[in-house]
Amino acid sequence: MVLDSKVPKGPIKDKWTTYKDKIDLVNPANKRHIDVIVVGTGLAGGSAAATLAELGYNVKAFAYQDSPRRAHSIAAQGGINAAKNYMGDGDSNYRLFYDTVKGGDYRSREANVYRLAEVSGNIIDQCVAQGVPFARDYGGLLDNRSFGGVLVSRTFYAKGQTGQQLLLGAYSAMNRQIARGKIEMFNRHEMLDVVKVDGKARGIIARNLITGEIERHSAHAVVIASGGYGNVYFLSTNAMGSNATAAWKIHKKGAYFANPCFTQIHPTCIPRSGDYQSKLTLMSESLRNDGRIWVPAKIEDAKAIQEGKLKPTQIAEEDRDYYLERRYPAFGNLVPRDVASRAAKERCDAGYGVNATGEAVYLDFAAAFERYGKEQAKIKGLKNASKEEIIKLGQEIIEEKYGNLFQMYEKIIAENPYETPMMIYPATHYTMGGVWVDYNLMTTVPGLYCIGEANFSDHGANRLGASALMQGLADGYFVLPYTIGDYLSDDIRTGKISTDTKEFEDVENEVKDRIEFFINNKGTKSVDHFHKRLGKVMWDKVGMSRNEKDLKEAMAEIKAIREEFWKEVKVPGTANEMNPELEKAGRVADFLELGELFAKDALIRNESCGGHFREESVELDGEQKGEAKRNDKDYAFVSAWEYKGEPSDAVLHKEELEFKDIELKQRSYK
Amino acid sequence: MSGILNSSIGRKFAMALSALFLMVFVLQHFVINSLSVFSPDAFNEVSHFMGTFWVIQYLIQPVLIIGVIFHFVMGFVLEIKNNKANGIKYAKNNGAANSTWMSRNMVWSGGFILVFLVIHFIDFWIPEINTKYIVGDMSGMHNGEFRYFHELQEKFVPIWRIALYCIGFVFLALHLLHGFDSAFQSVGANNKYTKGLKGFGKFYAIVIPLGFIFIALFHHFNH
Amino acid sequence: MMNLTLKIWRQKDSNTKGQMVDYKVTDISEHMSFLEMLDVLNEQLVNSGEEPVAFDHDCREGICGMCSLYINGEAHGPDRGITTCQLHMRMFNDGDTITIEPFRAAAFPVIKDLVVDRMAFERIQHAGGYISVNTSGNTQDANALPISKHDADEAMDAAACIGCGACVATCKNSSAMLFVGAKISQYALLPQGQVEAADRVQNMVAQMDLEGFGNCTNTGACEIECPKGISLENIARMNREYLKASLKG
Repeated sequence: MVLDSKVPKGPIKDKWTTYKDKIDLVNPANKRHIDVIVVGTGLAGGSAAATLAELGYNVKAFAYQDSPRRAHSIAAQGGINAAKNYMGDGDSNYRLFYDTVKGGDYRSREANVYRLAEVSGNIIDQCVAQGVPFARDYGGLLDNRSFGGVLVSRTFYAKGQTGQQLLLGAYSAMNRQIARGKIEMFNRHEMLDVVKVDGKARGIIARNLITGEIERHSAHAVVIASGGYGNVYFLSTNAMGSNATAAWKIHKKGAYFANPCFTQIHPTCIPRSGDYQSKLTLMSESLRNDGRIWVPAKIEDAKAIQEGKLKPTQIAEEDRDYYLERRYPAFGNLVPRDVASRAAKERCDAGYGVNATGEAVYLDFAAAFERYGKEQAKIKGLKNASKEEIIKLGQEIIEEKYGNLFQMYEKIIAENPYETPMMIYPATHYTMGGVWVDYNLMTTVPGLYCIGEANFSDHGANRLGASALMQGLADGYFVLPYTIGDYLSDDIRTGKISTDTKEFEDVENEVKDRIEFFINNKGTKSVDHFHKRLGKVMWDKVGMSRNEKDLKEAMAEIKAIREEFWKEVKVPGTANEMNPELEKAGRVADFLELGELFAKDALIRNESCGGHFREESVELDGEQKGEAKRNDKDYAFVSAWEYKGEPSDAVLHKEELEFKDIELKQRSYK
Repeated sequence: MSGILNSSIGRKFAMALSALFLMVFVLQHFVINSLSVFSPDAFNEVSHFMGTFWVIQYLIQPVLIIGVIFHFVMGFVLEIKNNKANGIKYAKNNGAANSTWMSRNMVWSGGFILVFLVIHFIDFWIPEINTKYIVGDMSGMHNGEFRYFHELQEKFVPIWRIALYCIGFVFLALHLLHGFDSAFQSVGANNKYTKGLKGFGKFYAIVIPLGFIFIALFHHFNH
Repeated sequence: MMNLTLKIWRQKDSNTKGQMVDYKVTDISEHMSFLEMLDVLNEQLVNSGEEPVAFDHDCREGICGMCSLYINGEAHGPDRGITTCQLHMRMFNDGDTITIEPFRAAAFPVIKDLVVDRMAFERIQHAGGYISVNTSGNTQDANALPISKHDADEAMDAAACIGCGACVATCKNSSAMLFVGAKISQYALLPQGQVEAADRVQNMVAQMDLEGFGNCTNTGACEIECPKGISLENIARMNREYLKASLKG
């Protein structure tokens, strides 16, 4: 099958508008007769469900938590980008488009990204109309801040809880439709497979997580918005329940899976403290606006710190290595996430890490306290303020900006970050890869759509800060509701899809068999045991820095763990009750397949781009020596994998990426 | 407006309004009682006025009685409903970690105040009503002089009544320590004056009951 | 490293009676989170063939509002300004006995062990927790409506509610007024919310009453236990909004 991205013709600036004007619509009276299933109710799924219901479709929405408000979009802290140019610093749709494509290291689809930039402003308008309490300045207008990897201030924020507020906005829009009866909400339900009828997606099989009942749900189209697969690493900033099951199940039923190796390791997370660690906590990247990152310049100082004999505050200024400022003078601490993460790993691998595990660097606010303090002293007319007073004034400003993050850090680490620098280390955060979709956000299965983090489309090989919220809401509010009409316009005479068919029965039996297997297997090891082992292989061999040997080993090891899993996994309890271990077993089974495809994808992409760093592909000389080297000649494509049984047998399809409106450049943040 | 008393907030509001009314009543009662310490004559004059002026007797007194009954009945009804809302009780509950004893035990302090009020009514109010409306003696006189001050002094002789009286007011203090600002919060007053109001509430809740106790003890020892 | 005795509420499902059961865990690090300590217990139970303890949790960074334990008599345990998942074992001592119960309220029936059903909160939100605006590409420009920073900040503070239910769990009356007050306040403070203000407060309060939550007696316990520091002021504001709406008829 040849991949058709269905990108409309014409100049990039007009593509979306012209396309929207021409696609088929469904008349309001007919929308009543059309059902749409939305799986996942985060920013993308929630906004899509609400908007589709507003349009008149009958929506069935599914969430594994007890409320849509708990989806992990809620944990996004920093903000959402939009090319509003409220700050007058020269921002524009083109510039946002350019920054996103460049930030993604030229591995995203140009037309999709331009569309994203184009609707970004609408998102802010929409959210404000919904009552999202964005931060404002004293004039009552919206405030913006800057974020890593770009040169303008275009990030809108709501304290340190932007994701929460945007999600609650989408949730409120859903609530309105739930009250009207246009959304039927299935909380505590997990989609376990998709049902195809005559090649089209026509429903899902879901498990009621309270009763264990297996249910059939039919619809004219199915939308997957189930988020990313970062938990393949076991430890990540994802929620404990975040999983790839919906995405992986549709992959197994014919949807191609694209660029699985493009995964973002976020630089500012709280370091791991022990083997019992269940997840990692992210701290907003916005901290890098004011914090300076460093490690000791002398290895003996680093050793002393690791052994607890020395405190960071005792290290003299000249003995500190502000390695980001040293290596990247132009962007300094604000280099994109992938660059910052690798630089931290490089220092820690060299032995300069600053906690007992040797896997941490400092994020220091002392300079910001002083800078803001002096500014405040001037504003308040304090001419002879002492150093202590200045620091205190500065700390107040920092507290206003990041108070909740500082508090969170102190609760976890039990150290006061106002007195001693924070410790941070990179952690798996976001997955740019995902289910392959065309310009309409439809997968390779007709009638099956994929939006938000679950699809692959907009971020290329690396996502810029504050872009995930933008993409999720763009897909859900402003893209999918239009493009899905084009497909559904053929379905106005189809009538209700029956679930009493062989197709539903077959898939339901598959699902039930698998559950029965888990319950009856009576193995010797817990689900978590396997998940942790998978995570360790992924982190060690398919982590921030990858090479051919490691990747081949990883594929073999993951396969071995998978085989052992199916023999030895132990799931207590029964199928007909709330059974968290059973839920985890199904998810980990899918991660064990996805992980192998992930490694395979990383193996065939012998270039370094964005979050994917191949040790074989680095600049060998010049100013950029040692930096990642992209290979546009051989790898300017999207790898879309077709399922063929074992992950190692997956077949690669390439969608060649064309860049007509942007010149491909090697990224430089020097 | 209809059915407002059927809603949780409506009931809360009604509780607060009756409470605010009762607090005003307690205050005026205190002011009149304290006259007995400074000037028996003034006390007699005012008592006679309050006891015979028709506006007070036929308009305000019934409102007061309805207010008192309403506050108690509603208080107990809400307590029962709230208990029902709880479901299964915690095996371990550390209420002291997040709230005051007073706020958690309004029904007990209120209940004791009710016991006190019943006795108070038997002691003072029923004889008054009997004299004035059954016997029909509206003169307020006994042996050629106003009877009020004398009766007051008589009542404060037995030590048991003083003790009961004191305990009653201790419970009133406890009730008011939470009730005062709670009433304001219930009617929606939570603003920049709240801090000051809370301070005043504490003052009111302690000083007024203490004053009543002082008056009782004063008459007990100065008889 | 700590050794602890845990007293945990076990209940098979909503139709079965539950009871407190004792467990022992050993070698607990003070740096563990409370839920990681429960993970250790569960791993232990799975390995010994017993059913692990079911408890709600998801983000484990204090924002999703899923985790909901009543620990040693307090919602989200003894620390302040945090959810259960942010509670760390350094708050406890070696040899301690820790009592762990589900959030209790008649309106929050137990589903299993420590998992409760908070659908009542959902239905309250359905009753009016929104501003009726359709999604369209031509909503007025976001900056066409200036909102004073003070109001926006206050609305944000109210909107910070994570819907965990600690307020209900900790309230001696199982009242949901802090939760409802927070949502009412967010919209009451913003101009966008004015159009539907009267209907919203009446409908949400009616639904709250229907769900069987108790009445607020202003003990203030909810404000203290709230992981997001939602202020009692929001309840007062809801009361005002409600009275205003009732007087309007």
